[in-house]
Amino acid sequence: MAEITYVEAIRSAMEDEMRRDDRVLVMGEDVGAKGGVFGATAGLFAAFGEERVIDSPLAEAAIVGVAIGCALAGLRPIAEIQFLDFIPPAMDQIISEAAKIRYRSNGDWSCPMVIRAPCGGGVHVHGALYHSQSLEAMFAHVPGLKVVVPSTPTDAKGLLLAAIRDPDPVCFFEHKALYRSLREEVPDDEYLVPIGQGRVVREGRDISCITYGATVHEAVAAADRLAKDGVQVEVVDLRTVRPLDRSIIISTARKTGKVLVAHEANLAIGVGAEVAAIVAEECFQQLDAPVMRIGGPEIPAIPFAESLAEVYCLGPDKIEAKLRELAAY
Amino acid sequence: MVVSESAPAEMAGLSQDQLRSMYRDMVLGRLLDERILVLNRQGRAPFAISGQGHEAAQVGVGYALRRGHDWLVPYYRDLTLVLVMGMEPKDHLLAALGKAADPNSGARQMPGHYGSRAHNIVTTGSPVATQILHAVGVAQSFRYRKEDTVVVVSVGEGGSSEGDWHEGLNWAAIYHLPVVFLVENNAYAISVPQSRQMAVAHVADRAAGYGMAGAVVDGGDVLAVYRAASEAVERARSGQGPTLLEALCVRLQSHSSDDDQRRYRTAEDLADTRAHDPVVRFRTELEAAGVLLDGDADEIRQECQRLIEAAQEEADQAPVPDAASALMHVYAEA
Ligand SMILES: Cc1ncc(C[n+]2csc(CCOP(=O)(O)OP(=O)(O)O)c2C)c(N)n1
Repeated sequence: MAEITYVEAIRSAMEDEMRRDDRVLVMGEDVGAKGGVFGATAGLFAAFGEERVIDSPLAEAAIVGVAIGCALAGLRPIAEIQFLDFIPPAMDQIISEAAKIRYRSNGDWSCPMVIRAPCGGGVHVHGALYHSQSLEAMFAHVPGLKVVVPSTPTDAKGLLLAAIRDPDPVCFFEHKALYRSLREEVPDDEYLVPIGQGRVVREGRDISCITYGATVHEAVAAADRLAKDGVQVEVVDLRTVRPLDRSIIISTARKTGKVLVAHEANLAIGVGAEVAAIVAEECFQQLDAPVMRIGGPEIPAIPFAESLAEVYCLGPDKIEAKLRELAAY
Repeated sequence: MVVSESAPAEMAGLSQDQLRSMYRDMVLGRLLDERILVLNRQGRAPFAISGQGHEAAQVGVGYALRRGHDWLVPYYRDLTLVLVMGMEPKDHLLAALGKAADPNSGARQMPGHYGSRAHNIVTTGSPVATQILHAVGVAQSFRYRKEDTVVVVSVGEGGSSEGDWHEGLNWAAIYHLPVVFLVENNAYAISVPQSRQMAVAHVADRAAGYGMAGAVVDGGDVLAVYRAASEAVERARSGQGPTLLEALCVRLQSHSSDDDQRRYRTAEDLADTRAHDPVVRFRTELEAAGVLLDGDADEIRQECQRLIEAAQEEADQAPVPDAASALMHVYAEA
């Protein structure tokens, strides 16, 4: 077992898979000699050469569209978008093309590819409006896509391996605040984390906090504080937001009867609304309180100044306050 | 710059059989296209999009490819081209009538959205020009695997205004990829004339700006297209990079069955367009050159009609998709 960071987990998943399968290649801006702006592709260019680690022109639609063409021709491309905030030019290729290729060809064609992008912000990321967004709900709305948002190095590696081997397009969003802040022992031997399965991070019988991505760690910190007062919070990491793990959502909601859904993305019309709807539809009889949600406020993204960023970001304090509200209900 | 006026005498070094076969494919495409429009007017085919006027460009390009080996990323006017690649009239009548056995999409997409893995024809959707990037990726894969395969991708001149077009040509030129970008320029994008689409005389004038070869060819002259396309395909196959090939075509029909081009084109313009029917032109040339003898053209026409008749009979009988199948093929079936 080696102790590695989240970004190293991403890097080593790509390296392992490129060694195992020569159909796997990587393309994106600065992924070559520089190894990516966050170092996620560090060393791959030296190891595999420019035929497999392609420095693309500065053109996001092309990064995804060319990767789609590679997938159609039998390769297993990984397209890196430098920041999730710059994925909108590629939305047409993702939503109109990648997501629909299997369906529109009645199963004749398929599009096995991964679209990786760093997402998220926070008071310590300083990314401001265009280097901080969490746009996963936009993709989670689209049948044909899978959307993965891992929270730990172990999950990041196992889920990325699963994503590369998946027969359909997978959006893989990595929270940049986790890249170097988290260190964890991950197995040396190959392991896969299945897409679509959540995980109970912390058991509890009183309240469920259903979350994913970097917010998992804030939820655990908040749960630790409530535990001191004897309130046991169960923290569930969805890990994948499409397809959602309905069974883990239903089982934790039935167990505790009180649910808080928390995510960094804007709250309105978001993933949390879908989780809340599942709980309302499937667990109505077992609920002891209304389902509550916490997420980004009604501003476009995270502003630059720390005093403004704090208004957007969650953090353990805000989650704790919401959990106490639920506990008192 | 326009390559035109092929001397009928030399006929691009093609045998008489090849020339007759090219003419036959043009006729088959035309008659099938006409049949689909009839089905639309009868209220049996809810939507139709016609390629009439593009047959010479499509046959010229198709015959320059190694069929069964090279790839095509088509657009919705390429009925004749996908036939040349090996699809059958029945395939498109099934699509027109929304039948389950439509090989393009199982009647999930509008007709004209071609795709068939068996024929190396990549699946296509509706957004104009997205396919350009797919062809570049396909070519990148050929390069990576060191295959000598070439991909042709087609688009209208209107599509060349899209960003994906620019991104694709730029990328293909950087990596010298084996792609032929075929612009079937019929001077209109629905109702918008070329003059409102670009400030240059020819789309292919832009080739130099991307650092690739470019050529404009008379798309009504099947042999001129064949020669220009053969050159482009050979350039791609031998590792010398992509070509922007623009074929000047006419659009004989309205944009689609939901359009009436008399509302935005003058009577003179439409008459001039009809005077440039490429199927009539090739027949005249082949007759003048003695390749088609008395009665040959009629015989070819009848043979194609019979094929279409039989195909339609089959398509008529074919079942519509089972409603339960609507939920399939979103993801790989577990
Ligand atoms: C992205 C996008 N915008 C608009 C449309 C609607 N549309 C379909 S075809 C077309 C005109 C295309 O013209 P051109 O590329 O010149 O090809 P042509 O139809 O003349 O062969 C338009 C506007 C579309 N399908 N996709």
